[in-house]
Amino acid sequence: MQRLVNFFLKNRTLILFLVLLSISLSLTVNHNDYHKSKFFNSASYVTGSIHNFSSLIGDYFSLKKENNILLEENNRLKLLELNQTFDTTKSEKYDMYKLKSANVIKNSYSLSQNYLTLNVGKKDSIKEESGVITSNGIVGIIDKASAKYSRVISILNTKIKINAKLKKTNHFGNLQWNGIDPNIVQLLDIQDLVKLNIGDTIVTSGFSSIFPENILVGTIKSFELNETKDLYNINLKLFNDMTNLRHVHVVENRNIKEINKLNQTE
Amino acid sequence: MNKKTISNIASFITLVFFQIFICNQLNFLDNINPFIYVLFIILYPIGFKKSWFIFTAFTLGLIIDLFLDTGGAHAAASVSAAYFRPLFLKFSFGAAYEYQSIKINSSELTQKLAYFSCLVFFHHLLLFTLIFFDAGKLELILYRTLVVGFSSLILALLLNALFNKN
Repeated sequence: MQRLVNFFLKNRTLILFLVLLSISLSLTVNHNDYHKSKFFNSASYVTGSIHNFSSLIGDYFSLKKENNILLEENNRLKLLELNQTFDTTKSEKYDMYKLKSANVIKNSYSLSQNYLTLNVGKKDSIKEESGVITSNGIVGIIDKASAKYSRVISILNTKIKINAKLKKTNHFGNLQWNGIDPNIVQLLDIQDLVKLNIGDTIVTSGFSSIFPENILVGTIKSFELNETKDLYNINLKLFNDMTNLRHVHVVENRNIKEINKLNQTE
Repeated sequence: MNKKTISNIASFITLVFFQIFICNQLNFLDNINPFIYVLFIILYPIGFKKSWFIFTAFTLGLIIDLFLDTGGAHAAASVSAAYFRPLFLKFSFGAAYEYQSIKINSSELTQKLAYFSCLVFFHHLLLFTLIFFDAGKLELILYRTLVVGFSSLILALLLNALFNKN
């Protein structure tokens, strides 16, 4: 017994090191599985309020640019309103989604797994698994919500997969990111029979219950066949500037519970 | 609590704030954010208790992890850098550092440069390996280590020169 105690006392730095290392490694491994990263994330109360404070100051620097973006969107909406004839078949579909505006208080795009933090949370009736978009296109999906803040998995995250399609021909594939350029994401699994052109628009498919159909994603920048020569690997240039996000909209599907229930019973 | 401990705590807090409010928002050349908090591990006084040092480094890394949503990657990298620091000290300054005759701030520039870069690149290599966690991305890991490590190194040397009392 005495020997054991002596051994521990002698090697206490090594033991402390190994214990702390294994704690941090297990945190890292759990984090890679995104349903488990519950305890430590930027949507917690303390980190959320500090990010909020820092974005309070940062917001003023981009006021002018932000005003222009809002003005442009207003213009676009005004145009839509003026040109739209009343369509009864559409009105029900539009009610399927609820929109809520939010501010980005933390954004990252230099890592391979990027997250954003928003200044809205469960108090503002934000639900997990809601989509996040801007007027320019998709941003990501909410994965954690605390009372006042929520965390978004950015599309610039190698863990995320989103269904997207060619606007022209409706062929669909999986949207993924390879972790290199924050302006370019990859669209995989499009069949080689499809005719592609550089500059074609890619939009969301509406197959997942998270995003509505036809939310903008990006345009084709380049494409090539994969190793087996039967599917395309496409590089997309995003419409959104992911490096500069301030105001976003959270999209909530009112029927998501019903849809998920249906999928589970299958 | 003596003067050295207090200045150590102050530098801990300052570096955390500097990291969160400035370095994480820097985005130099689109996506380079230096990890300046490593400076704390570099400059931690040599004579202090080792177990305490390792624990502090772990806490420091964990705080940074919280803000960057990286799980425990920063904590693991920091705690390893702290544990293996004596090796880097020995490599750069020779065995004399153990007798506390060496002060990091008043040593020769080449020795200092060797010590700083060893520790920074060791820390960053571990960090990016854990962040990407994918053997297929070795090239990307090395590239990020080199680029971000270089930016951290320059910033650390500059800050060190700026606040050096000598």
